[in-house]
Amino acid sequence: MSGAILNYAILAAQLMLAAAMALYLFRMIRGPRAQDRVIALDAFYVTAMLLIITLGMRTGSTLYFEAAVIIALLGFASSVALGKFLMRGEVIE
Amino acid sequence: MRPADLPLPVALGISVVLICGAGFALAGAVGAFRLRTFYQRVHAPTLGSSMGMFLILTSSIVYLSATRGAPVFHEALIAIFLSLTTPISLMLIVRAALARDRLEGGRDVPPLSGGGDA
Repeated sequence: MSGAILNYAILAAQLMLAAAMALYLFRMIRGPRAQDRVIALDAFYVTAMLLIITLGMRTGSTLYFEAAVIIALLGFASSVALGKFLMRGEVIE
Repeated sequence: MRPADLPLPVALGISVVLICGAGFALAGAVGAFRLRTFYQRVHAPTLGSSMGMFLILTSSIVYLSATRGAPVFHEALIAIFLSLTTPISLMLIVRAALARDRLEGGRDVPPLSGGGDA
């Protein structure tokens, strides 16, 4: 009983997160401007990280936690680099 | 302990918190999809990266601790890291967007406030 409840809850959460990622992907493709794309990419990687965490709940393995940490670190670095690029037109001056 | 052997209230609590978190993330995405201007759209995704992230990580921590029979707290690292870095990166991006918009003199640029340090 509780196994089935958890299974369906994790599946529902994964579907909702996938729908959120699809909406961010639409915003990233549509734009209309560069800053919209950067904000959508930033939110996209956070949602992907949450999706990986729910995947880790499904399998019960800790490997997914490490993947989520790496996505969070690289996503922050890329957001900062893209913000710098928007501001100045180059990343490293 | 296998997931099927968890007590029913614990499983229900984990499920409700997890679905609420995913719902917050989805609401943020719908906001980023539907709102009109860039400065409105900036606000929506933070719903997913603050409240959605906290709820999903909480349910994951409780679930992993319950199935292993020992407290598992390493996912709190992600919560601490993200709640520190999300404001920083959004601040950088929005400042950059504001500078670009002021340079171009667009239509829906927020006016300079009292400090005017942007």
